[in-house]
Amino acid sequence: MKTTAKFIQGNEAVVEGAIYAGLNFFAGYPITPSTEIAEILSEKLPATGGKFIQMEDEISSMCAIIGASLTGLKVMTATSGPGFSLKQEAIGYAVMAEVPSVVVNVQRGGPSTGLPTGVAQGDVMQVRWGAHGDHSIIALTASNLQDVFAMTVEAFNLAETYRTPVVLLLDEVVAHMREKVVIPESGEIEVVARLRTSVPEGTNFHPYLTREDGRLPMSDFGGVHRYNVTGLVHDMWGFPSTDPKIAYDLLHHLVDKLENKADSLARYREYRTEDAEILLISYGSSARPALHLVEDRRDRGLKIGLLELQTLWPFPRDLVRRMCKGRSHVLVVEMNMGQICQEVRKSVPRPEKVYLANRFDGVFISPADILRVLFMIQGKGV
Amino acid sequence: MAVKDYIRQRFLPHMWCAGCGHGIVMGNMIRAIEQLGLPKNEIVVVSGIGCSSRMPGYLDFHTMHTIHGRALAFAMGVKMGRPGLRVIVPMGDGDALSIGGNHLIHAARRNVDMTAIIMNNSIYGMTGGQVSPMTPAGKRSSTARHGSFSKPFDAVALARGAGATFVARTTTYHAKEMIDIISQGISHKGFSVIEIMSQCPTYYGRKNKIGGAVEMMQSYRDGTVKVGSKKAKEDPSLVERGIFVKEDSPEYVAGYLAFMETLQAGKKEEAQKSEPTGDHPDLVKQLRG
Repeated sequence: MKTTAKFIQGNEAVVEGAIYAGLNFFAGYPITPSTEIAEILSEKLPATGGKFIQMEDEISSMCAIIGASLTGLKVMTATSGPGFSLKQEAIGYAVMAEVPSVVVNVQRGGPSTGLPTGVAQGDVMQVRWGAHGDHSIIALTASNLQDVFAMTVEAFNLAETYRTPVVLLLDEVVAHMREKVVIPESGEIEVVARLRTSVPEGTNFHPYLTREDGRLPMSDFGGVHRYNVTGLVHDMWGFPSTDPKIAYDLLHHLVDKLENKADSLARYREYRTEDAEILLISYGSSARPALHLVEDRRDRGLKIGLLELQTLWPFPRDLVRRMCKGRSHVLVVEMNMGQICQEVRKSVPRPEKVYLANRFDGVFISPADILRVLFMIQGKGV
Repeated sequence: MAVKDYIRQRFLPHMWCAGCGHGIVMGNMIRAIEQLGLPKNEIVVVSGIGCSSRMPGYLDFHTMHTIHGRALAFAMGVKMGRPGLRVIVPMGDGDALSIGGNHLIHAARRNVDMTAIIMNNSIYGMTGGQVSPMTPAGKRSSTARHGSFSKPFDAVALARGAGATFVARTTTYHAKEMIDIISQGISHKGFSVIEIMSQCPTYYGRKNKIGGAVEMMQSYRDGTVKVGSKKAKEDPSLVERGIFVKEDSPEYVAGYLAFMETLQAGKKEEAQKSEPTGDHPDLVKQLRG
């Protein structure tokens, strides 16, 4: 396919990214503001030989993509707040059974039914801790549609590389705004294929025996290796075990395979940070007014910059610590009551210098909202 | 092959109680598969949570032990992912008819080609004997200590009403009948629901003073009759066994593939420009002519 440019909606950029990455199975359920992803895929997937199904609920959508992933397909589901809550048990299963899968959560106002058409970023902690038990997960986000496309491809790549569910955490503004997106020629962005076992038929295949490089090759259901997959603590055969050593090693493996790679998994953008005395940290659509403010204040001589996080989990703690070093103030911009702000405070030696500029009333945060907090920090009054 | 050749012997002994009916079901399921001569690599067994759901682990097929109530949803992904596979879904009565009821009726509505085996022991065994949607009114459990006061489901009527195209009921006492029914269910092109009454002497039998496994199986012998028999008409307290529904009806995944084919044919020219990207590249190429 040749490079094409399209003027599309954020949810459509997700679809384009997913198809670029090789998506061939999608299961979903209608929910605002993510529904367009399912709508567009219901047309595109069957036309390209892929599978689309609207399941009976959010839970079964997550379950179906796990089943399909085990047959060797690249899979995705898409949802929003309440639907994301319903998917948590099955997301935990994908973590435990190490099944590559991509879950899009287009955030809206919560809790509960909340503000279905309002923007929010209140699911950041739910992504991290929504499934019960100790575990780790990858979450990516983006503030513009070219990056939404790129992060969608990245989500599939990381899901395959680390055999984990990856959450693409968008928000209502990014999902529904329209921008130009350049869809590169195939091959221009790397697409990671599933790592399949080279163990021949008739030789024992251990589905949960980690290779020296930390990776776990898979075998498709229907192939020559028959093995067991379970959500219980399991041994290298995938068979349930209550052996404390096996439980200890498995939980460590599930957490370490991502948390130990937090630095290399960090995707981010920097804007005018080199000499910045004040550093804004933001992500998703909030990074747009933050960037606007940086440009606006730079014009007035203020040394201010922006760190835009694209990987939220595992939290890029070292990156944030490095980036905050030497700044007079750090201002986190987000649309919740300080979920990433807390993480930033945990990452730096002087948390009292980390401030929060936020909104959580369903209204998109504006540069003026951030400016008010900036004035307060600078002692200029509100 | 013998039954043992279908079992992952390194994982034995199994975790079921002495006298449990689930082993009989597993054995007969293997016998049915052997009779049909199905290759092991073509069979996927997907289960949820509960005593019966531990079955796949012991079986030498592609096996998946998932989360409570959702086995059919995972199985749906497997079946759509690789339509050529035979998908068998063993479930308990709580798994299939309480927490998983929604998935059961929708799998039946779609008439997706898989075999749901509901091992009905009228109780939640794994958690210690709580009331289930199949506990008969008046029977005791650890959460219905004075007896259940609600009516149980009729799984056969439910499956039929939801659109399953093969619906049957049997018991662990009727071993040969069970093999035949499972065999027919697996062969049936569409959604098959097989209710198998399976004894739980540890909880259901003990709490209701029915006795051990032998007495419980005798109660299946004495309390059930062939579907449509004269006895069934005379005594409505008897539970009917046998095949209730067996009909041809469009199957979901085959329908999807046909729909995909039509789309591809319609977009032939456009499609010809690019390499097929789906998981059926051969089918797509073939359709392009």
